[in-house]
Amino acid sequence: MAEKGTVVLGVDPLVIQDHYEIDYRHSYAEDSPFFVGLSKGKLLGSRCTKCGYVYATPRSHCMECGAPTAWHELPLRGSIHTFTTCHYGGEAFLKETPFTLILVEFDGANTLFLSRLKGIKPEAVRIGLPVAARFAKMPSFKVTDVWFEPADPHPPLPPAP
Amino acid sequence: MIGGGITKFAKVHPDKDFRLMVKEAYDYAFREIPRFTKDMIDGAVGSYFSDHFTRQLKAASMVQDYLGLCPKPSKRIEGGGATGGLCFQSAWEAVASGRMNCCVAFGFETMSRVNTWKGNEFIALASDTNFDFPVGGFYSGYYAMMVQRHMHEFGTTVEQMAMVSVKNHANALYNPYAQKAKKLTIKQVRESPMVATPLTMEDICTMSDGAAVCLLASEEVAAKVCERPVRIAGVGSGSDAMRMADRPHGKVILLPHEQESDYAQLKYPGVHSFRGGRTAAKLAYQMAGIRNPMEELSFVELHDAYTSSEIQTYEDLGLCKYGEGGRFVESGSPFMPGIDYGMTLPKQGRLPVNPSGGLLACGHPVGATGLMQAVFAFWQLQGTTNQHLGNPTLQVKNARRGLIHSHAGTGTYITVSILEAV
Repeated sequence: MAEKGTVVLGVDPLVIQDHYEIDYRHSYAEDSPFFVGLSKGKLLGSRCTKCGYVYATPRSHCMECGAPTAWHELPLRGSIHTFTTCHYGGEAFLKETPFTLILVEFDGANTLFLSRLKGIKPEAVRIGLPVAARFAKMPSFKVTDVWFEPADPHPPLPPAP
Repeated sequence: MIGGGITKFAKVHPDKDFRLMVKEAYDYAFREIPRFTKDMIDGAVGSYFSDHFTRQLKAASMVQDYLGLCPKPSKRIEGGGATGGLCFQSAWEAVASGRMNCCVAFGFETMSRVNTWKGNEFIALASDTNFDFPVGGFYSGYYAMMVQRHMHEFGTTVEQMAMVSVKNHANALYNPYAQKAKKLTIKQVRESPMVATPLTMEDICTMSDGAAVCLLASEEVAAKVCERPVRIAGVGSGSDAMRMADRPHGKVILLPHEQESDYAQLKYPGVHSFRGGRTAAKLAYQMAGIRNPMEELSFVELHDAYTSSEIQTYEDLGLCKYGEGGRFVESGSPFMPGIDYGMTLPKQGRLPVNPSGGLLACGHPVGATGLMQAVFAFWQLQGTTNQHLGNPTLQVKNARRGLIHSHAGTGTYITVSILEAV
């Protein structure tokens, strides 16, 4: 490959462009079943095998008592605990703005889940709004394989087979 | 503390690398203590937040040799936004434990090396990269969600948040080290571009290049070389779960002047409060013997990365009860006395918060920020603000005891240190 020239951005002081990129071999390790679950239309949290604390974002050991947790299937409906609409973002997400972030509450879970809210005008978003999970047809094995939409106008779809 | 120095915080310092920025602040710290010499230094602690911004691992080693401190002991401290506060406490530990008689704490950040949005991405890597970052990794988004809940729980308003912005930017008009001093109105704050509802550009601190240095010493060394040393009377720190979504909804951690009945209905900390900040404050108050911070502090320099987090932090520090942060700023209590902010403030100046202008106006070169707060607090307690800032406006009258507060992530590491005039 031909060597590219150096991009000089300034001369006094001398400023050059310095490029850097890298691919990681990234393992989801003990959290893997959560990401596989998304591809099957399931939202998996964790339930402590000792104290019963239920985590809406999974973790394999309980933060409260330290015991191992078991996988716990969450309901596919919840409600908005809090929200924001982002008009700017990190560079990776700038092209997706504006997007709405929500923390979702589920019946029977002690903690929350961070996700995107789609299918609603930002001005209509409010705390307490019932929302339903939607899953990507083509999974990318990222947490964004699930997102939420308002539950009421569109009853939740059954999980993908 | 026997000396402190800072560089001017700026959007970009292309003519100085991080070593030279620290050197400037370091030399400044020596200015008022001619009897103090380099051979009295036993070691150093360096702080910078992001290897992504620096892209030079072991950058603190390069500062160590640039300052001529080799082969003395040295290490780097990193803890997100609280990097500077943790560095300060680490240097304090070195002296308080008796390991060193004098320890240098230096910090810096060079955030201008990438564009603002890449910088936002780097910062968001300090959120869970499996569960949080891919959803739209953006700290302003996280803080916006927190304050939406704060508004829902307590009735906090965007105008109250804007008052914090007006205050801190106006204070900075008298601080030549600040990056972004200006006279604003509540209306201008609200009309500036929306970043993440309800936070606008003027609700959010800016990225910055800068450095800060603190010289900490034993009482014995301090008495020998410094006419007006400042005592570090209390330190505390706390933490919370990395993911905001994992925060519990339980009982409030109480300060001595509070009772459980104050918070019968409140689920805590949820996402509206920082139990790490409350824990840090509680430990620091215990050590310094403070029972009612509002009555016993002269000023506070706290980590106002967002106007909303300044309001949240008033509550964590017990300057008011949980839920009263919005009304606290509306009362005028955290404003400086004697400055015209263009609004009516019935209790103006009861306990000035961020007289320096805070992160909102000074800028937030992460590894330097917590040390910058210590330097401003040092000058306040020495009564030398006029000499260092070139005007007396920001000098808190009879400043006896100040609090500095440094904060990381969505509240994952937080430090509180109490400094006292001697």
